Amino acid sequence: MQIRPVLSALRKHRVATLLIAMEIALACAVLCNACFLIANRVQQIQIHSGVDERALAAIKLTGFDEKDGVDLNARVLSGLATIPGMRSVSVINAVPFGGSPNNAGITTDAAGKQFAGVVNFYTGGPGSFKALGLRLIAGRAPHDGDYQPVVHFVPDDALVWVSQSLAEHAWPGVDPIGKEFWVGRPHFRVAGVVANLARPSPGEGGPSTIEWSVFVPSLPGAHFAGTYLLRASSEELPRALRDARVAIAKIAPDAVLDTTASQSVASLRETFFQQDRAMAGILLGVIAAMLLVTALGIVGLASFWVQQRRRQIGIRRALGASRGDILSYFQTENFLIVTFGIVLGMLLAYALNLVLMQHYELPRLPLYYLPIGGLVLWGLGQLAVLGPALRAAAVPPVVATRSV
Amino acid sequence: MFGYYLDLALRSLKRNKVLTALMVLAIAVGIGASMTTLTVMHLLSGDPLPTRSGTLFFPQVDPNPYPDGPSLPYDMMDYRSAMDLWSAHRADRQALIAHGQLKLIAPQVNLPPLMAQVLSTTSEFFPMFEVPFRYGHGWSAQDDASRARVAVISSDLNNKLFNGADSVGRTLRLKNSDVRIVGVLGAWRPSPQFYDVAGGRFDDGQTGDFYGRPEDVFLPLNSSSDINPVGFNFFTCWSMPQSDATLQTSPCVWMTLWVELDSAAKVRSYRQFVADYAAQQKSVGRFARADNTQLRSLMGWLDFNHVVPSDVRLQMWVAFAFLLICLFNTVGLLLAKFLRRSGEIGVRRALGASRAAIMAQCLFEAGLIGLLGGIGGLLLTLLGLWLVRRQPVAYADLVHLDAAMFLATFALAVATSLLAGLLPAIRASRMAPGLQLKMT
Repeated sequence: MQIRPVLSALRKHRVATLLIAMEIALACAVLCNACFLIANRVQQIQIHSGVDERALAAIKLTGFDEKDGVDLNARVLSGLATIPGMRSVSVINAVPFGGSPNNAGITTDAAGKQFAGVVNFYTGGPGSFKALGLRLIAGRAPHDGDYQPVVHFVPDDALVWVSQSLAEHAWPGVDPIGKEFWVGRPHFRVAGVVANLARPSPGEGGPSTIEWSVFVPSLPGAHFAGTYLLRASSEELPRALRDARVAIAKIAPDAVLDTTASQSVASLRETFFQQDRAMAGILLGVIAAMLLVTALGIVGLASFWVQQRRRQIGIRRALGASRGDILSYFQTENFLIVTFGIVLGMLLAYALNLVLMQHYELPRLPLYYLPIGGLVLWGLGQLAVLGPALRAAAVPPVVATRSV
Repeated sequence: MFGYYLDLALRSLKRNKVLTALMVLAIAVGIGASMTTLTVMHLLSGDPLPTRSGTLFFPQVDPNPYPDGPSLPYDMMDYRSAMDLWSAHRADRQALIAHGQLKLIAPQVNLPPLMAQVLSTTSEFFPMFEVPFRYGHGWSAQDDASRARVAVISSDLNNKLFNGADSVGRTLRLKNSDVRIVGVLGAWRPSPQFYDVAGGRFDDGQTGDFYGRPEDVFLPLNSSSDINPVGFNFFTCWSMPQSDATLQTSPCVWMTLWVELDSAAKVRSYRQFVADYAAQQKSVGRFARADNTQLRSLMGWLDFNHVVPSDVRLQMWVAFAFLLICLFNTVGLLLAKFLRRSGEIGVRRALGASRAAIMAQCLFEAGLIGLLGGIGGLLLTLLGLWLVRRQPVAYADLVHLDAAMFLATFALAVATSLLAGLLPAIRASRMAPGLQLKMT
């Protein structure tokens, strides 16, 4: 196929060519960035919480007097443990995706100068470490003697278990076991590292801090009561949770059950990412609509050109051009226009990404998005032009002998 | 002329139905997407109190005793600073605000106890924010001082507990205390819930919760702290509180103060008053920094907190990029459509039609496509808003199409199509009459 005649024909339709190319360019820019945004959301949705989500649920009680906390813990722990299928019940302050984080800024020196970020403290009563299903990768699991009474919002001087992500952030390149940190006066020493442990509201401090969590073994008491971690097999959990919610009304008639927080961790996760999923869906819808409109634009313009050139096509056919020649003429034409659009579009996509990076917490667009976006648009262009091009190829040579 | 152009335009549109439908559809989809997001944006970025937002201000001081604290003052105040500023009564009106939850039981109402969101405030909250009452009224400054056990409840709570009946004079049990209802709010749904906005800059753009519903129960601040002294939410603490500290003496910020200042001179003098207060507190050693004070206007405070969720903004930009693509698309198709009629245009030109007349005719046709697209766009906007209302967001129930946005839909559709028609119309009007006649 010769490109020269195609180019000189396009030169006659500079405005229309430019318009389609611009449309392709914009579509390419939006396509690359929208796909990137979707990929980011999907990545967020798929974060690893580090706990056995399918086997865990939370029960949250509020509205009781602080002085009744000890009694409430005793009643709930013994009351819920009798529910058939319940593997364990323990006191905890929060669960991943359940919200109500316990955040505090930590320093790696006693004087409070070496700031190491704002981290979340999970306080967990006896049994909770095992129930969560945390995967220990260094150090040891908590012993019975490690559980201490909560003074402020955590025990005052405690052994703690940190996530690998936090350990790498606070003590990069060194063994975190035995390292210390402080929140003002309260002092903590790392006794173990777990593979993953997401915050109760992952993502609130930025994507890099999702797993900045600390597990502090704590003894339930007046300051540490009301939220309970239930564990059952994943098949039995829905029923066990339902039974627990019913049983609570009898076990603790004076407390108020927080129904939105008293869910399985899997459904808390579902709710937590609902908006991100909706946003990803919206972006997908926009991409689909945009590609459709672009394709329709190509179809419209190509049909017009075919009709306009019927006579010339007839002449070419009469002079010996095959149907394949005509077909490939229109396909080449489309390929050239789309290529021009894609080149422009890649630059535009990159510029758009720079703008998005300024206004949203978004990393740089990986370069491989650009050729993928280009391929999609090339394919789309060829598909869109196929119909009009086939119609052009069907023009009989006899048209050449007719006037109009 | 009008009728003639309309006739020509309709004939032309009918001649190639597929092309017409494509153009109308492209505009409709583009407009539908843009107007859906624009309407949400319009609702979320509006003024929650148009009549008096210009006179409402949010003072801030920095009570941190350490000089290396954050560079901007905290979004809330400690008890002492808030009380000092409030009790000076230097503004036309002023209201303290703190938040908490209390267990609520309505005697003689057969409902399980529930956790009520409680807004603890002072008497001028209601007149200052023009809060409408369905029944009764707010409490008095006297009630504030005498720690009266009175409460105002939201219309939502009144509907839930008393089926919307006049509940003034009835009693609610909050934690272990009885309070008497003195007022029931009318329909009140400020967007955003501006008096609760704080900490938006730490929310990473996920600020949808600022558009929630007002609290269930409003209590005088003093009464509320009598009922449950530890029942308030704190914003943050600059150091670890002593285990025996009450919120009032803790190193934590948990209260906000809103003031009404009716003139620019009063704003100036109040700003000076806040600065003087900080200087005086520094001199007695309570504050480390005297220069870290702010007095933001209501709208300034909302901007500072980036109240419009970043996803809403992103959706709007995506929709406008989409509209732009639809616009390019329409330009291309209109160009094809007009140039295809070159013969007809040549005849009209040869018979004496001016260039302006050809152009007007083409633009009329483009405008008609825009109008049709606008109708389609309106339907798609209504569909889009219906979808937004089904989303799990706090502002879902606020979303509706108001008159301004209804008109904007058509204005945008016609403007888009005229813009799209401009270039093709110019090209069509430039055609030389003779050439076109010869070719046919």
